[in-house]
Amino acid sequence: MKIVIVDESPVRAAILEDGLREAGFTNVERIGEMRSLLARIYAIDPDVILIDLANPSRDILEQMFQVSRAVRRPVAMFVDQSDTASIQASVDAGVSAYIVDGLKKERIKSILDLCISRFNAFSHLQDELARAKSEIEERKTIDRAKGLLMKAKNLGEEEAYRLMRSTAMREKKKIFEIAQAIITASELFK
Amino acid sequence: MTAKREHLRIGFIPLADAASLFVAVDKGFVAQEGLDVELVQEVSWSNVRDKLNIGMFDAAHLLAPIAVASSLGVGHVKTPIVAPYNLAMNGNAITVSPSLREAMMARLDGDALDPLATARALARVVADRKAAHAEPLTFGMTFPFSGHNYQLRYWMAAGGVDPDEDVRLVVLPPPYMVGSLAQGHVDGFCVGAPWNSVAVDLGVGHILHFSVELISRCAEKSLAMRESFAQDRPDVVAALLRALHQAARFIGEAEPAEIAAMLARPGRVGVDAEVILRTLQGRLKVSPDGATRENRRYLLLGEEGAERPDPTQAAWLYAQMARWGQAPASPALLDAAERVFRADIFDAALPSATAPAPRSGDAIGAFSGPCFDDRDLGAYLSGFPIRRTP
Repeated sequence: MKIVIVDESPVRAAILEDGLREAGFTNVERIGEMRSLLARIYAIDPDVILIDLANPSRDILEQMFQVSRAVRRPVAMFVDQSDTASIQASVDAGVSAYIVDGLKKERIKSILDLCISRFNAFSHLQDELARAKSEIEERKTIDRAKGLLMKAKNLGEEEAYRLMRSTAMREKKKIFEIAQAIITASELFK
Repeated sequence: MTAKREHLRIGFIPLADAASLFVAVDKGFVAQEGLDVELVQEVSWSNVRDKLNIGMFDAAHLLAPIAVASSLGVGHVKTPIVAPYNLAMNGNAITVSPSLREAMMARLDGDALDPLATARALARVVADRKAAHAEPLTFGMTFPFSGHNYQLRYWMAAGGVDPDEDVRLVVLPPPYMVGSLAQGHVDGFCVGAPWNSVAVDLGVGHILHFSVELISRCAEKSLAMRESFAQDRPDVVAALLRALHQAARFIGEAEPAEIAAMLARPGRVGVDAEVILRTLQGRLKVSPDGATRENRRYLLLGEEGAERPDPTQAAWLYAQMARWGQAPASPALLDAAERVFRADIFDAALPSATAPAPRSGDAIGAFSGPCFDDRDLGAYLSGFPIRRTP
């Protein structure tokens, strides 16, 4: 079975491709460039097309449902009308599947389930990445403020940090916010 | 009022013809009706349709033909959708590249403002290219079930160009239209505001015709919802329709510049207010040299009773699906199509709304071809030499 992944996020597409390969689907191709999308899909001639819902090019795929000379094999969006929960899950995860007519539903179901879980895993990963990034930013700010305090008040590193922490506790603020205030104030006093 | 406001999620695509929806929310008309409307921006019509179908949206700004197609189960999953309010009529335009325009003007016999003359010129250009073994011309439109697709096809077929045989028609998301024209991936397109004006401003396109010059009254965008929602929540639907009606009236009476500024904001149409203003006033720059043309019927929101869904419009849209082989031609499907445009819900919610203007000829006003008669679909369709036959 030939599967095409249409996704502008190369990382997510790679995660999905890995998942598909692990599950035994080895014939997978990725399209990340949306120019002449249909021509490329026709050239690959896949059985299943997976596309992320944040992609405006999804409307281009609708053309494949049309009866036209250009379309060699009729394609349908994968929707099992008896299974609204799985449709809901796929839209929530942000992925949609198109299949060549006549393909067995059970086989597609397993691919779609895999897609949903990989897409969800990807967005968790992104959330975590964003959190880690902001933690690093906070750490940097606190270090900078500590340096400013050490210089201005002639304190040791430990003392400077304790001063920020006690101020934060007294003011019921985060130590990061106190650090930001110190940096702002020092800019003003320049 | 202390009662909790009814929460509604409404999907939209950032286009000028969703103006009434934006104004209804931003001017507080929906709040006055006891509704708490969350507008959700989408990136594709497929997404809007699917999220409406599965209940993630309560209502949506939707291409009118998609409402019909979904209800008939044409091209996609069958989901009964109703359109109790028409957000916009007309508002599209056909734009071509400078080089195609030049080729067409060289082969023009007649008036460049006459769509029949330009369509025939296009046919000659197509024939010239065939003789020279050149690649066929490519035209972009926004969706298989769209006014854009049907207007483009109607126009070229009137001049003798078969849209499936003689040229390539491709779906392009509107934000990609202008870039594709500039890079030569398409030679022309039919799209709504603001994209035609953007192409003209960038010097990569000429507006050939306003869609209103091809089809005088064409339902463009519906406020669409699941039939079950309209059935179960008639009070909510009526409140929403009243708010939209108030917004449409406000747009008609306010300074166009004020409306344009509201729509220009990010999260709404999100383009330059000046470009939106041209659309609202129907005064469009049609050529990079600065030439403008005006038609106050370019985009109809609340004027001429455009808000009231007209079942004959739905029938015409279905007739286009039948003409181009998207749907089989059958009286049963025609009836089902007409039932999608729910004038009865509109009338119940807005008994004092302006009635549609009296019209001459048929309900559609096409620039050529047979009059539209929804009582004899077969005769209407066989009046077109170029069509798909089952």
